[in-house]
Amino acid sequence: MGIVSKGFRGRRRPTDTELPPGQYLTTDFPVLSAGPTPRIPLDEWEFTITTESGGVHRWSWKDFRALPRESVTVDLHCVTRWSKLGTAWRGVAIDTLLAEVDTAADFALVHSYGGYTSNLPVQDLTDGQAWIVDEYDGEALEAAHGGPARLLVPHLYLWKSAKWVRGLSFSDTDEPGFWESLGYHNYGDPWLEQRYWDG
Amino acid sequence: MARTALLGRVTWRVATVVGDVAETATARTLRLQVADWPGHLAGQHVDIRLTAEDGYTATRSYSIASAPAGDEVEVTVEELPDGEVSPYLVRDLAVGDPVELRGPVGGWFVWRPSQLEPVQLIAGGSGIVPLMAMLRARSQAGGHAPVRLLYSVRAPDAVFYRGELERWRDETTLVYTRVAPPVSSRLVGRVDARLVMEACWPASRAPTCYVCGPTGFVEAVSDLLTAAGHDPARIRTERFGPSGGTR
Repeated sequence: MGIVSKGFRGRRRPTDTELPPGQYLTTDFPVLSAGPTPRIPLDEWEFTITTESGGVHRWSWKDFRALPRESVTVDLHCVTRWSKLGTAWRGVAIDTLLAEVDTAADFALVHSYGGYTSNLPVQDLTDGQAWIVDEYDGEALEAAHGGPARLLVPHLYLWKSAKWVRGLSFSDTDEPGFWESLGYHNYGDPWLEQRYWDG
Repeated sequence: MARTALLGRVTWRVATVVGDVAETATARTLRLQVADWPGHLAGQHVDIRLTAEDGYTATRSYSIASAPAGDEVEVTVEELPDGEVSPYLVRDLAVGDPVELRGPVGGWFVWRPSQLEPVQLIAGGSGIVPLMAMLRARSQAGGHAPVRLLYSVRAPDAVFYRGELERWRDETTLVYTRVAPPVSSRLVGRVDARLVMEACWPASRAPTCYVCGPTGFVEAVSDLLTAAGHDPARIRTERFGPSGGTR
Protein backbone atom coordinates (compact mmCIF):
# COMPACT_ATOMS: atom_id res chain seq x y z
CA MET A 1 0.00 0.00 0.00
CA GLY A 2 1.14 3.50 -0.79
CA ILE A 3 1.54 6.50 1.42
CA VAL A 4 -1.68 7.32 3.23
CA SER A 5 -2.85 10.89 2.74
CA LYS A 6 -4.40 12.04 6.02
CA GLY A 7 -8.04 12.92 5.60
CA PHE A 8 -8.25 11.77 1.99
CA ARG A 9 -11.37 9.70 1.44
CA GLY A 10 -11.85 10.02 -2.30
CA ARG A 11 -15.13 10.25 -4.07
CA ARG A 12 -16.16 6.66 -4.55
CA ARG A 13 -19.06 6.27 -6.83
CA PRO A 14 -21.36 3.35 -6.37
CA THR A 15 -21.15 1.21 -9.47
CA ASP A 16 -22.34 -2.26 -10.37
CA THR A 17 -19.73 -2.59 -13.05
CA GLU A 18 -16.17 -3.26 -12.17
CA LEU A 19 -13.85 -0.89 -14.00
CA PRO A 20 -10.29 -1.70 -15.06
CA PRO A 21 -7.70 -0.74 -12.40
CA GLY A 22 -7.09 2.98 -12.02
CA GLN A 23 -10.11 4.04 -14.11
CA TYR A 24 -13.03 6.23 -13.07
CA LEU A 25 -16.47 6.53 -14.58
CA THR A 26 -17.52 9.49 -16.69
CA THR A 27 -20.82 10.17 -18.39
CA ASP A 28 -19.63 12.80 -20.83
CA PHE A 29 -17.28 12.10 -23.73
CA PRO A 30 -13.93 13.85 -23.36
CA VAL A 31 -11.87 14.55 -26.48
CA LEU A 32 -8.13 13.93 -26.58
CA SER A 33 -6.04 14.25 -29.72
CA ALA A 34 -2.52 15.34 -30.51
CA GLY A 35 -3.34 18.01 -33.07
CA PRO A 36 -6.07 19.84 -34.94
CA THR A 37 -9.18 17.97 -36.00
CA PRO A 38 -8.89 17.07 -39.71
CA ARG A 39 -11.99 17.70 -41.82
CA ILE A 40 -12.32 15.11 -44.59
CA PRO A 41 -14.99 15.62 -47.29
CA LEU A 42 -16.89 12.37 -47.88
CA ASP A 43 -16.26 12.50 -51.64
CA GLU A 44 -12.50 12.47 -50.93
CA TRP A 45 -12.60 9.92 -48.12
CA GLU A 46 -11.29 6.47 -48.80
CA PHE A 47 -10.24 3.49 -46.75
CA THR A 48 -7.40 1.24 -47.84
CA ILE A 49 -5.95 -2.02 -46.65
CA THR A 50 -2.39 -2.77 -47.76
CA THR A 51 -1.20 -6.34 -47.32
CA GLU A 52 2.29 -7.54 -46.47
CA SER A 53 2.83 -8.39 -50.14
CA GLY A 54 1.90 -4.86 -51.24
CA GLY A 55 -1.63 -5.60 -52.45
CA VAL A 56 -3.97 -2.64 -51.97
CA HIS A 57 -7.72 -2.80 -51.39
CA ARG A 58 -9.73 0.44 -51.56
CA TRP A 59 -13.19 1.48 -50.46
CA SER A 60 -14.74 4.82 -51.33
CA TRP A 61 -17.29 6.25 -48.91
CA LYS A 62 -20.01 4.84 -51.14
CA ASP A 63 -18.37 1.40 -51.22
CA PHE A 64 -17.92 1.48 -47.47
CA ARG A 65 -21.51 2.48 -46.77
CA ALA A 66 -22.74 -0.38 -48.98
CA LEU A 67 -21.05 -3.03 -46.80
CA PRO A 68 -23.03 -5.04 -44.22
CA ARG A 69 -23.28 -3.00 -41.01
CA GLU A 70 -23.36 -3.93 -37.35
CA SER A 71 -24.51 -2.20 -34.18
CA VAL A 72 -22.22 -2.55 -31.18
CA THR A 73 -22.55 -1.32 -27.60
CA VAL A 74 -19.25 -1.33 -25.75
CA ASP A 75 -17.33 0.20 -22.83
CA LEU A 76 -14.49 2.62 -23.55
CA HIS A 77 -11.36 2.97 -21.43
CA CYS A 78 -9.03 5.91 -22.03
CA VAL A 79 -5.44 5.83 -20.80
CA THR A 80 -6.07 9.25 -19.21
CA ARG A 81 -8.23 7.27 -16.76
CA TRP A 82 -11.81 7.89 -17.74
CA SER A 83 -14.10 5.04 -18.68
CA LYS A 84 -17.43 5.44 -20.39
CA LEU A 85 -19.84 2.54 -20.32
CA GLY A 86 -22.42 1.36 -22.82
CA THR A 87 -21.47 3.49 -25.82
CA ALA A 88 -23.50 2.70 -28.95
CA TRP A 89 -21.80 2.61 -32.34
CA ARG A 90 -22.61 1.47 -35.86
CA GLY A 91 -20.22 0.52 -38.60
CA VAL A 92 -18.48 -2.28 -40.46
CA ALA A 93 -16.63 -5.15 -38.78
CA ILE A 94 -12.98 -5.53 -39.74
CA ASP A 95 -13.88 -9.17 -40.40
CA THR A 96 -16.19 -7.95 -43.18
CA LEU A 97 -13.41 -5.91 -44.79
CA LEU A 98 -10.93 -8.75 -44.46
CA ALA A 99 -13.24 -11.13 -46.31
CA GLU A 100 -11.90 -9.48 -49.48
CA VAL A 101 -8.25 -9.48 -48.36
CA ASP A 102 -5.63 -12.20 -48.54
CA THR A 103 -3.22 -11.78 -45.64
CA ALA A 104 -1.38 -13.91 -43.12
CA ALA A 105 0.43 -11.03 -41.42
CA ASP A 106 0.69 -10.84 -37.65
CA PHE A 107 0.78 -7.06 -37.23
CA ALA A 108 -1.25 -4.07 -38.36
CA LEU A 109 -0.46 -0.37 -38.41
CA VAL A 110 -3.54 1.86 -38.41
CA HIS A 111 -3.23 5.09 -40.43
CA SER A 112 -5.30 8.22 -39.96
CA TYR A 113 -5.92 11.43 -41.84
CA GLY A 114 -3.63 13.95 -40.17
CA GLY A 115 -0.77 11.48 -39.87
CA TYR A 116 -1.64 9.62 -36.66
CA THR A 117 -0.74 5.93 -36.48
CA SER A 118 -1.26 3.12 -33.99
CA ASN A 119 -0.12 -0.49 -34.04
CA LEU A 120 -1.76 -3.69 -32.89
CA PRO A 121 -1.69 -7.41 -33.57
CA VAL A 122 -3.98 -8.54 -36.39
CA GLN A 123 -5.55 -11.07 -34.03
CA ASP A 124 -6.95 -8.14 -32.01
CA LEU A 125 -8.76 -6.82 -35.07
CA THR A 126 -10.58 -10.02 -36.04
CA ASP A 127 -13.28 -12.31 -34.63
CA GLY A 128 -15.76 -9.56 -33.86
CA GLN A 129 -13.34 -7.46 -31.80
CA ALA A 130 -12.93 -4.38 -34.02
CA TRP A 131 -14.95 -2.18 -36.36
CA ILE A 132 -14.68 0.87 -38.57
CA VAL A 133 -17.52 2.96 -37.14
CA ASP A 134 -19.18 6.04 -38.62
CA GLU A 135 -22.19 6.44 -36.31
CA TYR A 136 -22.26 7.21 -32.61
CA ASP A 137 -25.46 7.21 -30.57
CA GLY A 138 -27.59 7.11 -33.71
CA GLU A 139 -25.92 10.11 -35.37
CA ALA A 140 -23.16 10.54 -37.93
CA LEU A 141 -19.85 10.50 -36.03
CA GLU A 142 -18.73 14.10 -35.51
CA ALA A 143 -15.23 15.18 -36.53
CA ALA A 144 -14.02 15.86 -32.98
CA HIS A 145 -14.71 12.22 -32.09
CA GLY A 146 -13.07 10.87 -35.24
CA GLY A 147 -15.61 11.31 -38.05
CA PRO A 148 -16.21 10.52 -40.84
CA ALA A 149 -14.99 7.17 -39.47
CA ARG A 150 -12.78 5.80 -36.74
CA LEU A 151 -11.46 2.43 -35.71
CA LEU A 152 -13.13 0.92 -32.64
CA VAL A 153 -11.14 -1.67 -30.68
CA PRO A 154 -12.82 -1.43 -27.29
CA HIS A 155 -10.82 -4.12 -25.49
CA LEU A 156 -7.68 -1.95 -25.72
CA TYR A 157 -7.08 1.58 -24.41
CA LEU A 158 -8.88 4.10 -26.57
CA TRP A 159 -5.80 5.56 -28.29
CA LYS A 160 -5.72 2.31 -30.31
CA SER A 161 -9.17 3.19 -31.68
CA ALA A 162 -7.67 5.68 -34.11
CA LYS A 163 -9.84 8.63 -35.13
CA TRP A 164 -10.14 9.81 -38.76
CA VAL A 165 -9.03 6.38 -39.90
CA ARG A 166 -7.94 6.02 -43.52
CA GLY A 167 -6.38 2.58 -43.65
CA LEU A 168 -4.60 -0.43 -42.28
CA SER A 169 -1.26 -1.78 -43.43
CA PHE A 170 -0.36 -5.35 -42.60
CA SER A 171 3.18 -6.47 -41.93
CA ASP A 172 5.16 -9.38 -40.57
CA THR A 173 6.97 -7.00 -38.23
CA ASP A 174 5.55 -4.87 -35.45
CA GLU A 175 6.12 -1.14 -35.95
CA PRO A 176 5.26 1.19 -33.04
CA GLY A 177 2.65 3.83 -33.84
CA PHE A 178 2.43 7.46 -32.68
CA TRP A 179 1.80 7.13 -28.94
CA GLU A 180 3.57 3.77 -28.84
CA SER A 181 6.75 5.60 -29.95
CA LEU A 182 6.20 8.30 -27.33
CA GLY A 183 6.25 6.22 -24.20
CA TYR A 184 2.85 4.54 -24.17
CA HIS A 185 2.47 0.78 -23.98
CA ASN A 186 2.85 -1.23 -27.17
CA TYR A 187 -0.28 -3.33 -26.51
CA GLY A 188 -2.42 -1.33 -24.06
CA ASP A 189 -4.69 -3.77 -22.23
CA PRO A 190 -6.72 -1.69 -19.72
CA TRP A 191 -7.43 -4.72 -17.51
CA LEU A 192 -3.66 -5.26 -17.11
CA GLU A 193 -3.22 -1.48 -16.78
CA GLN A 194 -0.67 -1.39 -19.60
CA ARG A 195 -0.49 2.40 -19.79
CA TYR A 196 3.18 3.13 -20.27
CA TRP A 197 5.81 1.19 -22.11
CA ASP A 198 7.38 -0.32 -19.06
CA GLY A 199 4.91 0.29 -16.32
CA MET B 1 16.37 4.46 -27.63
CA ALA B 2 13.99 7.32 -28.30
CA ARG B 3 11.66 5.87 -25.71
CA THR B 4 14.27 5.70 -23.00
CA ALA B 5 15.40 9.23 -23.70
CA LEU B 6 11.85 10.51 -23.41
CA LEU B 7 10.71 8.66 -20.38
CA GLY B 8 13.24 6.76 -18.39
CA ARG B 9 11.45 4.26 -16.21
CA VAL B 10 7.97 5.31 -15.22
CA THR B 11 7.98 4.16 -11.63
CA TRP B 12 6.19 5.43 -8.53
CA ARG B 13 8.33 7.64 -6.32
CA VAL B 14 7.69 9.43 -3.08
CA ALA B 15 7.74 13.21 -3.37
CA THR B 16 7.73 15.71 -0.52
CA VAL B 17 5.91 19.02 -0.70
CA VAL B 18 8.60 21.63 -0.02
CA GLY B 19 6.71 24.77 -0.95
CA ASP B 20 3.49 26.14 -2.39
CA VAL B 21 2.02 29.23 -4.04
CA ALA B 22 -1.65 30.18 -4.20
CA GLU B 23 -2.02 31.16 -7.87
CA THR B 24 -5.73 32.02 -7.63
CA ALA B 25 -8.56 31.36 -5.18
CA THR B 26 -8.88 27.84 -6.62
CA ALA B 27 -5.43 26.99 -7.96
CA ARG B 28 -2.25 26.13 -6.12
CA THR B 29 1.30 25.44 -7.20
CA LEU B 30 2.99 22.61 -5.32
CA ARG B 31 6.77 22.48 -5.26
CA LEU B 32 7.75 18.83 -4.92
CA GLN B 33 11.10 17.35 -4.11
CA VAL B 34 11.51 13.94 -5.72
CA ALA B 35 14.46 11.72 -4.89
CA ASP B 36 16.13 10.36 -8.04
CA TRP B 37 13.97 12.51 -10.33
CA PRO B 38 15.19 11.60 -13.85
CA GLY B 39 14.52 15.09 -15.25
CA HIS B 40 11.80 16.11 -17.68
CA LEU B 41 10.96 18.08 -20.78
CA ALA B 42 8.73 21.15 -20.73
CA GLY B 43 5.19 20.03 -21.53
CA GLN B 44 5.32 16.62 -19.89
CA HIS B 45 3.05 15.60 -17.03
CA VAL B 46 3.11 13.43 -13.92
CA ASP B 47 0.61 11.10 -12.31
CA ILE B 48 -0.14 11.83 -8.67
CA ARG B 49 -1.67 9.08 -6.51
CA LEU B 50 -3.53 9.58 -3.27
CA THR B 51 -4.26 6.70 -0.89
CA ALA B 52 -7.01 6.71 1.75
CA GLU B 53 -6.61 5.00 5.12
CA ASP B 54 -8.47 1.90 3.92
CA GLY B 55 -6.19 1.54 0.88
CA TYR B 56 -8.53 3.13 -1.69
CA THR B 57 -6.47 5.03 -4.24
CA ALA B 58 -7.17 7.69 -6.86
CA THR B 59 -4.69 8.86 -9.49
CA ARG B 60 -4.80 11.88 -11.79
CA SER B 61 -2.38 13.49 -14.24
CA TYR B 62 -1.04 17.01 -13.80
CA SER B 63 1.13 19.04 -16.14
CA ILE B 64 4.55 20.05 -14.88
CA ALA B 65 4.88 23.83 -14.57
CA SER B 66 8.60 24.10 -13.90
CA ALA B 67 11.65 23.93 -16.12
CA PRO B 68 13.98 21.03 -15.34
CA ALA B 69 15.79 21.84 -12.10
CA GLY B 70 17.55 19.08 -10.19
CA ASP B 71 15.23 16.98 -8.05
CA GLU B 72 12.38 19.51 -7.86
CA VAL B 73 9.17 19.50 -9.87
CA GLU B 74 6.33 22.00 -9.70
CA VAL B 75 2.75 21.28 -10.64
CA THR B 76 -0.12 23.76 -10.61
CA VAL B 77 -3.45 22.20 -9.73
CA GLU B 78 -6.83 23.81 -10.39
CA GLU B 79 -9.57 22.65 -8.06
CA LEU B 80 -12.43 21.07 -9.98
CA PRO B 81 -15.83 21.51 -8.30
CA ASP B 82 -16.63 17.79 -8.54
CA GLY B 83 -13.01 16.70 -8.49
CA GLU B 84 -11.76 13.72 -6.54
CA VAL B 85 -8.04 14.47 -6.27
CA SER B 86 -7.71 18.18 -7.03
CA PRO B 87 -9.59 19.49 -3.93
CA TYR B 88 -7.23 17.55 -1.69
CA LEU B 89 -4.13 18.80 -3.52
CA VAL B 90 -5.37 22.42 -3.46
CA ARG B 91 -6.89 22.50 0.05
CA ASP B 92 -5.50 19.77 2.26
CA LEU B 93 -2.02 18.63 1.29
CA ALA B 94 0.44 20.47 3.56
CA VAL B 95 4.03 21.53 3.09
CA GLY B 96 6.12 18.68 4.49
CA ASP B 97 3.62 15.98 3.47
CA PRO B 98 4.71 13.08 1.27
CA VAL B 99 2.77 12.17 -1.87
CA GLU B 100 3.25 9.51 -4.54
CA LEU B 101 4.23 10.59 -8.02
CA ARG B 102 5.08 8.85 -11.28
CA GLY B 103 6.63 10.31 -14.40
CA PRO B 104 7.50 12.21 -16.41
CA VAL B 105 4.98 11.09 -19.02
CA GLY B 106 4.27 12.27 -22.55
CA GLY B 107 6.59 12.82 -25.46
CA TRP B 108 4.54 14.78 -28.00
CA PHE B 109 3.32 17.96 -26.32
CA VAL B 110 6.89 18.95 -25.41
CA TRP B 111 9.33 21.73 -26.20
CA ARG B 112 13.02 20.91 -26.38
CA PRO B 113 15.84 23.44 -25.88
CA SER B 114 17.22 22.34 -29.28
CA GLN B 115 14.17 23.89 -30.99
CA LEU B 116 15.15 27.29 -32.34
CA GLU B 117 12.11 28.01 -34.55
CA PRO B 118 9.46 30.51 -33.38
CA VAL B 119 7.09 29.16 -30.77
CA GLN B 120 3.43 30.10 -30.47
CA LEU B 121 1.87 29.26 -27.13
CA ILE B 122 -1.92 29.48 -26.74
CA ALA B 123 -3.53 28.71 -23.39
CA GLY B 124 -7.11 28.58 -22.20
CA GLY B 125 -7.47 28.75 -18.40
CA SER B 126 -5.32 26.23 -16.55
CA GLY B 127 -3.95 25.14 -19.94
CA ILE B 128 -1.25 27.71 -19.20
CA VAL B 129 0.59 25.22 -16.94
CA PRO B 130 2.60 23.17 -19.50
CA LEU B 131 3.12 26.33 -21.59
CA MET B 132 4.62 28.04 -18.54
CA ALA B 133 7.09 25.16 -18.30
CA MET B 134 8.01 25.89 -21.95
CA LEU B 135 8.50 29.63 -21.29
CA ARG B 136 10.65 28.81 -18.29
CA ALA B 137 12.66 26.15 -20.12
CA ARG B 138 13.21 28.58 -22.98
CA SER B 139 14.59 31.21 -20.58
CA GLN B 140 16.77 28.59 -18.97
CA ALA B 141 18.13 27.68 -22.41
CA GLY B 142 19.07 31.29 -23.15
CA GLY B 143 15.82 32.47 -24.70
CA HIS B 144 16.82 32.14 -28.33
CA ALA B 145 13.59 30.77 -29.77
CA PRO B 146 11.24 33.70 -30.53
CA VAL B 147 8.09 33.13 -28.49
CA ARG B 148 4.59 34.56 -28.23
CA LEU B 149 1.94 33.67 -25.70
CA LEU B 150 -1.79 34.15 -26.11
CA TYR B 151 -3.49 33.43 -22.79
CA SER B 152 -7.25 33.37 -22.51
CA VAL B 153 -8.72 33.63 -19.01
CA ARG B 154 -12.17 34.16 -17.55
CA ALA B 155 -11.23 37.23 -15.52
CA PRO B 156 -8.16 39.02 -14.12
CA ASP B 157 -8.32 37.06 -10.86
CA ALA B 158 -8.00 33.79 -12.78
CA VAL B 159 -4.52 34.54 -14.17
CA PHE B 160 -1.82 32.11 -13.04
CA TYR B 161 1.84 33.21 -12.61
CA ARG B 162 0.79 36.86 -12.77
CA GLY B 163 4.02 38.37 -11.45
CA GLU B 164 6.28 36.17 -13.54
CA LEU B 165 4.31 36.80 -16.73
CA GLU B 166 5.13 40.50 -16.31
CA ARG B 167 8.65 39.57 -17.40
CA TRP B 168 7.24 38.44 -20.73
CA ARG B 169 4.73 41.24 -21.18
CA ASP B 170 6.05 42.08 -24.65
CA GLU B 171 5.52 38.50 -25.76
CA THR B 172 2.21 38.00 -23.97
CA THR B 173 -1.35 38.86 -24.96
CA LEU B 174 -3.99 38.31 -22.30
CA VAL B 175 -7.59 37.97 -23.40
CA TYR B 176 -10.48 37.97 -20.95
CA THR B 177 -13.60 36.01 -21.78
CA ARG B 178 -15.91 37.34 -19.03
CA VAL B 179 -14.43 40.27 -17.10
CA ALA B 180 -11.61 42.56 -18.25
CA PRO B 181 -9.41 44.56 -15.88
CA PRO B 182 -10.52 48.17 -15.24
CA VAL B 183 -7.70 49.56 -17.36
CA SER B 184 -7.59 47.52 -20.51
CA SER B 185 -7.55 48.36 -24.16
CA ARG B 186 -9.13 45.04 -24.92
CA LEU B 187 -12.75 44.22 -25.01
CA VAL B 188 -14.03 41.14 -23.31
CA GLY B 189 -14.29 38.28 -25.75
CA ARG B 190 -13.11 34.97 -27.05
CA VAL B 191 -10.09 34.20 -29.16
CA ASP B 192 -11.16 34.83 -32.76
CA ALA B 193 -9.59 35.08 -36.21
CA ARG B 194 -8.66 38.75 -35.73
CA LEU B 195 -6.88 38.07 -32.45
CA VAL B 196 -5.01 35.15 -33.99
CA MET B 197 -3.84 37.55 -36.74
CA GLU B 198 -2.83 40.27 -34.28
CA ALA B 199 -1.33 38.34 -31.40
CA CYS B 200 0.20 35.24 -32.99
CA TRP B 201 3.14 34.59 -35.29
CA PRO B 202 2.01 34.61 -38.92
CA ALA B 203 2.00 31.24 -40.67
CA SER B 204 4.88 32.51 -42.83
CA ARG B 205 7.19 32.31 -39.78
CA ALA B 206 6.33 28.60 -39.52
CA PRO B 207 6.09 28.54 -35.73
CA THR B 208 5.49 25.39 -33.77
CA CYS B 209 2.14 26.01 -32.06
CA TYR B 210 1.23 24.56 -28.68
CA VAL B 211 -2.44 24.85 -27.75
CA CYS B 212 -3.67 23.71 -24.34
CA GLY B 213 -7.00 24.16 -22.60
CA PRO B 214 -10.53 22.82 -22.43
CA THR B 215 -11.72 20.78 -25.42
CA GLY B 216 -13.95 23.50 -26.93
CA PHE B 217 -11.17 26.08 -26.67
CA VAL B 218 -8.55 23.83 -28.25
CA GLU B 219 -10.91 22.77 -31.04
CA ALA B 220 -11.78 26.40 -31.84
CA VAL B 221 -8.20 27.70 -31.66
CA SER B 222 -6.64 24.91 -33.69
CA ASP B 223 -9.31 25.44 -36.37
CA LEU B 224 -8.47 29.18 -36.38
CA LEU B 225 -4.76 28.44 -36.73
CA THR B 226 -5.39 26.03 -39.58
CA ALA B 227 -7.65 28.58 -41.29
CA ALA B 228 -4.90 31.22 -40.88
CA GLY B 229 -2.57 28.99 -42.90
CA HIS B 230 -0.63 27.21 -40.18
CA ASP B 231 0.48 23.70 -41.12
CA PRO B 232 -1.63 21.24 -39.08
CA ALA B 233 1.52 19.17 -38.58
CA ARG B 234 3.05 22.08 -36.63
CA ILE B 235 0.08 22.44 -34.26
CA ARG B 236 0.33 20.35 -31.12
CA THR B 237 -2.65 20.17 -28.82
CA GLU B 238 -3.42 19.03 -25.31
CA ARG B 239 -7.08 19.01 -24.33
CA PHE B 240 -9.08 18.26 -21.24
CA GLY B 241 -12.80 17.71 -21.10
CA PRO B 242 -15.19 18.63 -18.27
CA SER B 243 -14.35 15.53 -16.28
CA GLY B 244 -11.70 13.73 -18.24
CA GLY B 245 -8.19 14.13 -19.45
CA THR B 246 -5.37 15.74 -17.58
CA ARG B 247 -5.51 18.22 -14.71
